[in-house]
Amino acid sequence: MTFPSAVAMPSRIHTPEPIVSVRGVHKTYPGGIEALNNISLDFPEGKLTTLLGPSGCGKTTLLKIIAGLLSATSGEVLVEGRTVAGPGPERAFVFQDFALMPWANVMRNVAFGLELRGVARSEREAVASSYIERVGLKGFEKKYPHELSGGMRQRVGLARALSVNAKVLMMDEPFSAVDEQTRRKFQEELLELVANERKTFIFVTHSIEEAVYVSDRIVLLHRRPSRVHAIIEPNISRDVDPEQIRRQPEYLDAVENIWQSLKQYLD
Amino acid sequence: MNVFGYRLPLFSSLVIWAILWEIIGHTDAKLILPPLSAITLRIFEIVPTKAFLQALIITGKAFFIGSFISILIGIPLGVLMGRSKIADDLLLPWVNVFLSAPLSALVPVIMVIAGIGETTMILTVVLFAVWIVMLNARAGVRNITPSLVEMARSFGASFPQSFRHIYLWAALPEIIAGIRLGLIRAVKGVIIGQLLISVVGFGTLFEIYLAHFLMEHLWAVMLVIFAFAFVINELLAWAERSVRYYAASR
Amino acid sequence: MPEGMTLQRTLFMYLTHPLFMRLVSFAVVLGAWEFAGSIGLSAAFPSFSETFVALWGMAADGSLFKAFGRTLEPLLMGLFISVAFGVGLGVWMGLKESAEWLFAPVFIVAQAAPLAALIPVLTFAYGIGLTAKVLTVCIMAMPVIVINALGAVRNTPASLIEMGKSFLGTRRQVIWNIVLPAASPMIFVGLRLGCASGFIGVILAELLITPTGIGDLISYNQSVAEYPSMYAAILSIIIASVLFIEGIEFVEKTLFRPEKRI
Repeated sequence: MTFPSAVAMPSRIHTPEPIVSVRGVHKTYPGGIEALNNISLDFPEGKLTTLLGPSGCGKTTLLKIIAGLLSATSGEVLVEGRTVAGPGPERAFVFQDFALMPWANVMRNVAFGLELRGVARSEREAVASSYIERVGLKGFEKKYPHELSGGMRQRVGLARALSVNAKVLMMDEPFSAVDEQTRRKFQEELLELVANERKTFIFVTHSIEEAVYVSDRIVLLHRRPSRVHAIIEPNISRDVDPEQIRRQPEYLDAVENIWQSLKQYLD
Repeated sequence: MNVFGYRLPLFSSLVIWAILWEIIGHTDAKLILPPLSAITLRIFEIVPTKAFLQALIITGKAFFIGSFISILIGIPLGVLMGRSKIADDLLLPWVNVFLSAPLSALVPVIMVIAGIGETTMILTVVLFAVWIVMLNARAGVRNITPSLVEMARSFGASFPQSFRHIYLWAALPEIIAGIRLGLIRAVKGVIIGQLLISVVGFGTLFEIYLAHFLMEHLWAVMLVIFAFAFVINELLAWAERSVRYYAASR
Repeated sequence: MPEGMTLQRTLFMYLTHPLFMRLVSFAVVLGAWEFAGSIGLSAAFPSFSETFVALWGMAADGSLFKAFGRTLEPLLMGLFISVAFGVGLGVWMGLKESAEWLFAPVFIVAQAAPLAALIPVLTFAYGIGLTAKVLTVCIMAMPVIVINALGAVRNTPASLIEMGKSFLGTRRQVIWNIVLPAASPMIFVGLRLGCASGFIGVILAELLITPTGIGDLISYNQSVAEYPSMYAAILSIIIASVLFIEGIEFVEKTLFRPEKRI
């Protein structure tokens, strides 16, 4: 399968040093289910890399291993040159089901990461305030999760992850639990976030269009047991109006090619 | 829990407690807590006797009749509360009062009105059991997704049909849970009733054994009653689990 | 009147308001009680007004409050022990699998069993004093508190615990900030059920072991056929129990789960 405008590039040619390296990771669950099979990947710093594949292909498993929430059966993950043994301050996670504490208001939820690190209250609330404003929830600091819509709850989750100032932000299908219109808006805002913050993003999704829209790099994963199928860098110009991105021929070609590639592995 | 890689079965720690009981039974505490082995022997000795069987029949009769009435009244009322807001507003405060109130204080009232016979026993059982049956039936009906009811109506179901085909089944897990909790309370009720009246059933046996310091006999009867309550609980819990499989997707 | 609302509709709206329904409900029952009492259904069934008069009398001459004082002593002591020990044990069992394996079967059996049957044994072992009564309250209240606390901790949403770990929470931080707040609703359900059982226990203890407090008022008045006073004593303990348990719900809403204050 050839990809005219998007090519798997070796990472030595003028791409930045990988901040996250996955080397030979296997993951087998007790009971014998093999989720990941010999995954080796590099994630360049400052870019948004997406793990894309059908349901059950292990992309969330891989993300959680990188986050230190699950341990690999064999192989290792290096972040900034150091082996991962658990969660760390340089990595932050955004959850698919938001994982907000229902008994705490927005301010407390956003400041939670800092609270766990022992940051003083006034300081952490100041940091949290700025990120609450950043994600567009100014004025909602005292509200509780049950008073917010799904989209707003995910913004809280995002603000929380941004507040701890991690270098690597991992997002596990963050937009799958919101409606389509909100989802599109989030994708546009994510592009803006990636452009402004100098962080590395690792994104998991099963939506091809979403992956092509937001990513600098897309890693296609097989069905279980998962292997790396291909790595694609859609050469899409993001300097244009966000609305126009979806009409570029490069965008449409990339989406079509990925679909053709994945289609053969579906039932 | 796993030990050396083997999964220990549920309730296996009771073996350790049984051994502990046996050991304590041989110390000075044996006056109050006889060894388990001695009690077990007494169980086999007492159960076939006339006195025990009589007590069992009296107690059992009150228990079963009282439970039956509680279920017969409790489920329809609970379903009514679940469906009709007015019925709910009228009845729920009373259900809550009777679930928080010390029902043992009401047993003397039943005694003075209905005497010290079987009727009082049955009424006590109903007093203890009916409220929780109602509450759970209500919860079961409230958990039914409206779309299920609408679906039945869209295919032309009348209310009795909806009740039989939709409501009863959809609320079944909670209804069984309510029956289980109700039966447990019914056992407590019948025993409390007999302790307070003390001239019927097991109450009499307890009095006699205490008067003669026959602790082994006392514990033997108690363990039989406890085992009975436990078996009822587990049977109904199993029944509840068998219908739970569809609970999540109602 | 808002546009579109007829007089009938407004009236219906007010008449079926929950608070009004509650009043109607109480009025109907009290009315029935009054009626049944005054037509002489049974010599032992006084009407509501007679009972109320007796209640007022006992409150006025102080005997009611004195009796309450005597009853509260074993009740509060027993409840305090049951709650402190029960919640602690239940939470510990929820966090440590070996503790659960060891203790859970005992409490599961205890919850199903009619533990009131142990009261004669307690009397035999500890005499007829305060200890036996406190222990009665404890054996009645503790099982449901422990089982609920255990279940509450075990049912903490896994996603929230994962979130806590992902933000580098230590085990202690995760337990304090996430597990305990998430578990508090179910723990409070256990507390309410446990306290109701505790009240049952203390009354039973007073009726069976040795008459003191409210139990004494009940059995004395029963023995001299002073039925209005007997019923009044029973009514007072029922009201006290209901208020106590409502109080627990109030504490839960104000201190622990502010988002449930609707």
